Amino acid sequence: MATFKDFRNSVKPNWCPGCGDFSVQAAIQRAAANVGLQPENLAVISGIGCSGRISGYINSYGFHGIHGRSLPIAQGVKMANRDLTVIASGGDGDGFAIGMGHTIHAIRRNINVTYIVMDNQIYGLTKGQTSPRSAAGFKTKSTPMGSVEQAISPMEMALTAGATFVAQSFSTDLKDLTALIEAGIKHEGFSLINVFSPCVTYNKVNTYDWFKENLTKLSDIEGYDSSSRETAMQTLMKHNSLVTGLIYQDTERKSYQQLISGYSETPLAQADLTLDQQYFDKLVTEFI
Amino acid sequence: MINQLSWKVGGQQGEGIESTGEIFSIALNRLGYYLYGYRHFSSRIKGGHTNNKIRVSTTQVRSISDDLDILVAFDQETIDVNYRELNEHGIIMADARFGPKSPEDSKAALYAVPFTEIATELGTSLMKNMVAIGATSAVLDLDINVFEEVVQEIFGRKGQQVVEKNMEAIKTGYEYMKEKLGGSIETMQLEKADGQKRLFMIGNDAIALGALAGGCRFMAAYPITPASEIMEYLIKKLPALGGSVIQTEDEIAAVTMAIGANYGGVRALTASAGPGLSLKMEAIGLSGITETPLVIIDTQRGGPSTGLPTKQEQSDLMAMIYGTHGEIPKIVMAPSTVQEAFYDTAEAFNLAEEYQCPVIVLTDLQLSLGKQTVEPLEFDKVEIRRGKLQTGELPEIEGKGYFKRYEVTEDGVSPRVIPGMKNGIHHVTGVEHEETGKPSESAANRIAQMDKRFRKVSNIKFNTPVYKNAPHEEADLLIVGFNSTRGAIEEAIGRLEKDGLKVNHAHVRLIHPFPVDDILPLVKSAKKIAVVENNATGQLANIMKMNVGHAEKIYKLLKYDGNPFLPHEIHSKCKELF
Ligand SMILES: Cc1ncc(C[n+]2csc(CCOP(=O)(O)OP(=O)(O)O)c2C)c(N)n1
Ligand code: SF4
Repeated sequence: MATFKDFRNSVKPNWCPGCGDFSVQAAIQRAAANVGLQPENLAVISGIGCSGRISGYINSYGFHGIHGRSLPIAQGVKMANRDLTVIASGGDGDGFAIGMGHTIHAIRRNINVTYIVMDNQIYGLTKGQTSPRSAAGFKTKSTPMGSVEQAISPMEMALTAGATFVAQSFSTDLKDLTALIEAGIKHEGFSLINVFSPCVTYNKVNTYDWFKENLTKLSDIEGYDSSSRETAMQTLMKHNSLVTGLIYQDTERKSYQQLISGYSETPLAQADLTLDQQYFDKLVTEFI
Repeated sequence: MINQLSWKVGGQQGEGIESTGEIFSIALNRLGYYLYGYRHFSSRIKGGHTNNKIRVSTTQVRSISDDLDILVAFDQETIDVNYRELNEHGIIMADARFGPKSPEDSKAALYAVPFTEIATELGTSLMKNMVAIGATSAVLDLDINVFEEVVQEIFGRKGQQVVEKNMEAIKTGYEYMKEKLGGSIETMQLEKADGQKRLFMIGNDAIALGALAGGCRFMAAYPITPASEIMEYLIKKLPALGGSVIQTEDEIAAVTMAIGANYGGVRALTASAGPGLSLKMEAIGLSGITETPLVIIDTQRGGPSTGLPTKQEQSDLMAMIYGTHGEIPKIVMAPSTVQEAFYDTAEAFNLAEEYQCPVIVLTDLQLSLGKQTVEPLEFDKVEIRRGKLQTGELPEIEGKGYFKRYEVTEDGVSPRVIPGMKNGIHHVTGVEHEETGKPSESAANRIAQMDKRFRKVSNIKFNTPVYKNAPHEEADLLIVGFNSTRGAIEEAIGRLEKDGLKVNHAHVRLIHPFPVDDILPLVKSAKKIAVVENNATGQLANIMKMNVGHAEKIYKLLKYDGNPFLPHEIHSKCKELF
C-alpha cells in the first residue's frame, strides 16, 4: 500500500512561503494514499497559474496544460482510461474566468473527474489582478478604484448547472479537505471542490484570519442535509457562500460513462486498434 | 452516344433538392457510372436557391464540368441562375406549376413538365422530385427499374405503399416525358457503364472511415460546416467498437480533450473548419511542446471569420503551417482525392504517434462534401504503427527519479509512456522542460529540447509527398495544386496538351514540412509554373517561392469567388501565359 509519502516527488514548489496551495497539495497526496491509489494510477491535470504548478509537485502522472483548459484535458484522459483516477486543478481565474465554459459543461456532462479549485480571489501568477471571485470594491492592480463587477458564487452556479458533488473547504483544514477529496474521488461522476487557498502576497483582504472569521462549517449547522439541493442553495445564500464541507451530493445520478452506449469496460487506451477485414467490408458496403 | 453528361437539379432549399440528386446518383453509381457531385447551398435550412450538379461519366471524373446538359428546375430562379451553363444540346425541364419562362438569350429547349401536378395526383406533391427523376430517365433512355432498389432502401421503412407510390411517380414522369419527346433525346444517350459496383461517398465519409481503420477510438468535436459529417459518422460507428464521441462546448474544449485522450493512450481525433481551427491554435502549440500526438482535420471553407461558410476556398494553408505562437514541429498533409483522404487520415494517426506532434489533415469544402464515385479502398494498405510507445514492463527508476519522457535522442523522438504504466511517471508541461518533463529555463536545455523537437520531422518519411503526372523531361508548364483542384487541373492539362503544350502536373500532398527535394526537379525543368489555388493571395505559390525559389517563373492562378475551378478556367488562364 502506498502512503502519502509515495506521492511526494523531489521537486521543491516555487510557491511563496505561506501560500495556501501547499496544504492543498498535501491534502491531495493524503487523499490519494487513503483511497488506496498507487502513484501511477493517478493523473493530476492542471491549468496555468501559481496553483497550476501543483501537478508538478505530486508524484503521479501529471499534465500542466494551458490556461483555463485543465477540465477538457482531464475529461479526455478519463475517457481514454477509465481505470485512472483523474484530478483536475487550478486557480479561480483558471476555472471561473477563462475556463468557466468548461467548468459548467464538465458539471453537466458529469464525467468521473474530481476538480479542485484553489480559490484565492485574485490572480497570483500575473501578480495581483482582479478575479471573478474578487468581491465588488476589491482594489487590485487592474481595479485601482475597486472592482465594480460582482463576484460569482461557484457553488451556487454548480448547483444550478446540475452538479452531483459540490464541496467547499479551507486549505488550513487539512483533515476536512483530505476527507472531501477522498469523497470526491469515490464519487461516481463529476466532483467540484472549491478550496479557499489564500494568496499571502497579493490578497491582503481575504487572508487566513479573514476566512477564519467568516467561514461557517456545515458540520456546525444542525441537521444539515447534503442530499437536498434546496437546502444547499438556501444555506449558500444565507451564508453568502462562505461555508465549508460537503454542500451537496447526488448519489443516484449516473455518470457520463455509465450512461453512454457501447463505451468499453476496459480502458480505451488498451483497445485493439485493428479492425477485421470483414467488419471493414461491412462498413464500406454501406457506401455502395 | 456520349460518354459523359452533366445534370443539375435546383430549387429552394428544403424542397428535397438534395434527395433528388442523391437518388438519381446512387442509382447511376450502381449501374457502374462514375459520378462527381457539386452542391451549391447556403447556410440556411429553408429557402434560398440551392442546386445539385452531377456529372455522370463512363470513366473516372474528379471535377465538375464546364457545361451542363440537363437542368431540372423547380422554380424560375433556378432557370435564371443556371441557364448560361447549358451547352448547345442543353435542355431545361421545369415544373409547369410556376409557368417557367425561357430567358431571352437562352438557346436551350424548355419543357414544362407538370412535376407537382403529377405528384399531387398520385398522393402528395412531395413526390415531385421522383417525377423529375422519371422525366430525366426518359430523356436519357434509362431503364427506370434501376431506381427500384434505391427507392426501396430510402422509403422502405415508411411502408410498401410509400415505395410503390414513389415508383409510380417515377414511372409517370418517365411516360409523360417519353410521350412529349416522342422517344428519348439522341444526343443524350449515355454509353452503357461497366456495371461495377463502386463506392459513392463524400470526402468526409472517407476521412471518418480512415479514422476508424487507423485505430481512432475517440473524437471530441464541435459542429461546423463542412466538417460535421465526420463526427456524425463516428457517433454512429464508434460505440460498436467501444469508443465514443463527445460534442464539446467549443473547439478549445474539443482540441484539448483530444490532447488529453491522446496523452491518455487512445488514438483521438478532432475536426473542424477555419473558425474552429482559429480557436484551437494555442492548444496545437501545447501538443507540439508536450509532444502529445494529435490528429486534426481542417475542412477549409471561405474565410475569414464566418466568411463564405458553405463555399469552396483554400485559404487556411498558411494558418495551418504557422498557426500557434512560438515554433513547433508539425505535419500538414493535403489529400487530393477521396481515396487519399481515407489513406491519409489513417496514416495521420501513425505519423502523430511516430513523430509525437500535431498532424493536420487539410481538405477543402469540395473534397469534403463533393459526393463522388470512388475506386475500392484497400483496407490491407492501412498499417498501425505506434512509434516509440513503450509497452510491457518498464525498468525500475532509482530513488524518486522520473521517466525520461523527453530524452534527447539522435532522431529527436523520445520513448513515450501513457499514464497508468508503472515506472513511467514523468511530468508533462507546456512550460519548457528537461528530459523528465520538469520545467527548466536553462539556455542549454532550451536549445537541446528545441533542436530535439525539430529533429523529429527533419527526415520525415511520407509516402508520395507529391502526386506527380510528369511525362515531360522538359516542360513548357508545370501546374501545381493541392486538395480538390486535382480533377480540374487534369482536364485542363488534357486540353493544353492538345494545344501543343508540354505540361507536367504536381499536386502537393505533404504541405509541411515542404517536400523540397521531391518537387524541385519538376520546378527546374519547367519553363513556367502555374500554381492553382482557391485563395486571393497565392499562399501555395508563396510557400513554393520560399522553399524552392524560382520566383521569376512562378505564376499565381487564383480563384476566390467561393466556387471550385472549372477546367476551362485553368485551361484559358494557362494559355494566357504563353
Ligand atoms: C491564454 C492565456 N492568457 C493569459 C495568461 C496569463 N495568465 C497566467 S495565469 C493567469 C491567471 C492566474 O490566476 P488564477 O487562475 O486565479 O491562478 P493563481 O495564480 O491565482 O493560482 C493569467 C491571466 C495565460 N497564461 N494564457
Ligand atoms: S503569489 Fe499568491 S498564489 Fe502565488 S504562490 Fe505566492 S502566495 Fe501563492
